[in-house]
Amino acid sequence: MSELIIDGEPLPFIEGQTVAAALVAAGRLSWRTSRVGHRPRGVFCGIGVCFDCLVTIDGAGGQRACLVPARPGMTVTTEEDDDE
Amino acid sequence: MSESTDLIVVGAGPAGMAAAVTALAGGLRVVLVDSGTAVGGQYWRHPPEHARAAIPTDDLHHGLREYRALSQALSAHSRRGRLDLRLAHHVWSAVREDDGFAVHVVDRRDAPRETAGVLRAPRLLVATGAYDRQLPFPGWDLPGVLTIGGLQALLKGGGVAAGSRVALGGTGPFLLPVAAGLAARGVDVVAVCEAAHPLAWLRHPGPLLRNPAKWTEGARYGATLARHGIRVHPRTAITRAEGGDRVTAVRIASLRPDGSPRLGTERQVQVDAVGVGWGFAPQLDLLVPLGCALTDAPDGNAVVAVDGGQRTTVPGLYAAGETCGVGGAALAVGEGRLAAESVLADSGAAPVLGRRGLSAVRSAVARQRGFARAMALAHPIPPAWPAWLSDDTVVCRCEEVTAGAVRSACTGGGAHDHRQVKQLTRAGMGWCQGRMCGPAVHCLTAQEQAYTPAERLVATPISLGALADIDEEH
Repeated sequence: MSELIIDGEPLPFIEGQTVAAALVAAGRLSWRTSRVGHRPRGVFCGIGVCFDCLVTIDGAGGQRACLVPARPGMTVTTEEDDDE
Repeated sequence: MSESTDLIVVGAGPAGMAAAVTALAGGLRVVLVDSGTAVGGQYWRHPPEHARAAIPTDDLHHGLREYRALSQALSAHSRRGRLDLRLAHHVWSAVREDDGFAVHVVDRRDAPRETAGVLRAPRLLVATGAYDRQLPFPGWDLPGVLTIGGLQALLKGGGVAAGSRVALGGTGPFLLPVAAGLAARGVDVVAVCEAAHPLAWLRHPGPLLRNPAKWTEGARYGATLARHGIRVHPRTAITRAEGGDRVTAVRIASLRPDGSPRLGTERQVQVDAVGVGWGFAPQLDLLVPLGCALTDAPDGNAVVAVDGGQRTTVPGLYAAGETCGVGGAALAVGEGRLAAESVLADSGAAPVLGRRGLSAVRSAVARQRGFARAMALAHPIPPAWPAWLSDDTVVCRCEEVTAGAVRSACTGGGAHDHRQVKQLTRAGMGWCQGRMCGPAVHCLTAQEQAYTPAERLVATPISLGALADIDEEH
């Protein structure tokens, strides 16, 4: 197992998994809050279409967690409101 | 490479793989572009090559022999320098130029870093597939509710099951492989809710009899479901998902023939994940701005109009697979081959298939299209599905526009289609640009017409930095 860092905490993953797959494998189904109703959101379509799973990766915002392969040492941050 | 390319194929699913292999066999130089980290598309989604030992998924697939043959052919052509395979490349725009097409790509192999580039070729083949069509229902935005394609993608691509007690709902044969795949990974699939009635298929005996391969596939999934004690409940639907910060239960109701819930039949089932899907919406983002004519498909979608050789109405532009009408992987492979044969013929190159081979592919495609039509008619969107919606149900997930707001835009605001609803309510204006809510908003406003997606000039977001770099390059 490799590890990435999400909001300061280590998250294990198997090489080849996406960031979203690593989160779901760890039992996390939501990691974002919607802009208007502040409702929890995570992965929905899983194939890059719905943009529900957005995270910031290594400082780059608006990344679809379901598309980006997890890499060792990658820094992922989730946000209250990442509609930038 | 781009100066010497004969054909760009966008999409490395069943259609794009088959098209590229055929064109390469005919001596053309091909660039095959896909946003994924492996060839196969959604149907043959695999973990990246280096991760296949750690994430075994072969048992979740159907038709792997074809996949392997196509993959091996692509690898061989790639080694010989005839194929330029661009994985993890997202196409954000494709435009016509005097002598062909410019395909603007973002290289995301080193994501989140982005590098923009342009590929050019006299001919372009678009095989971008489709994604799950969604109908909103109360609670569908709770974490743990996914599209059935999303459940499948996590399973096939990452070896991850999103829950341990899962209910599936919607309509269409795709529910079965997803249920079978989850069960094979130890998930308790507590209900499969199919809105249609299986007897609807009997109205189309011809296509059923002419496609015995589909029975075999169906029987295989049926046997897996039976082995795991999973029941498919016909004419039922998941009408509500419940929970606080994640889904913990669903409500399941029996449906009347029009799709409205039968009063008093609703029951609650405890779950920790849900998968929903109502057929598919073709991915037309690149094709609509290119200006090719569309036509209505029997599943309620507008699709790309093609001739018998998969040529669109734009010279030099070809389409294959679900963009021309949803019909499954076998049909997509056949259409990919036909499209590539047209590219060869139009380029003045010799055919690959030969007369008998070509006619066999043509008749298989015709037979499978008949099956696809029967499938669409047997698994329609239930006309009364809006009966499940309460006024506060979110319809547009991005902008959090409710069913009540969409309805008042139609009744009070006089909106007649999803574009007008968007102007009045912002439904479809968020991150996904209406890809998720578009079909549903369309059904709420103009159900009797086919759904034509909005024109999106940028098919995938691209950073300004990457765009700035491309200006320096060219």
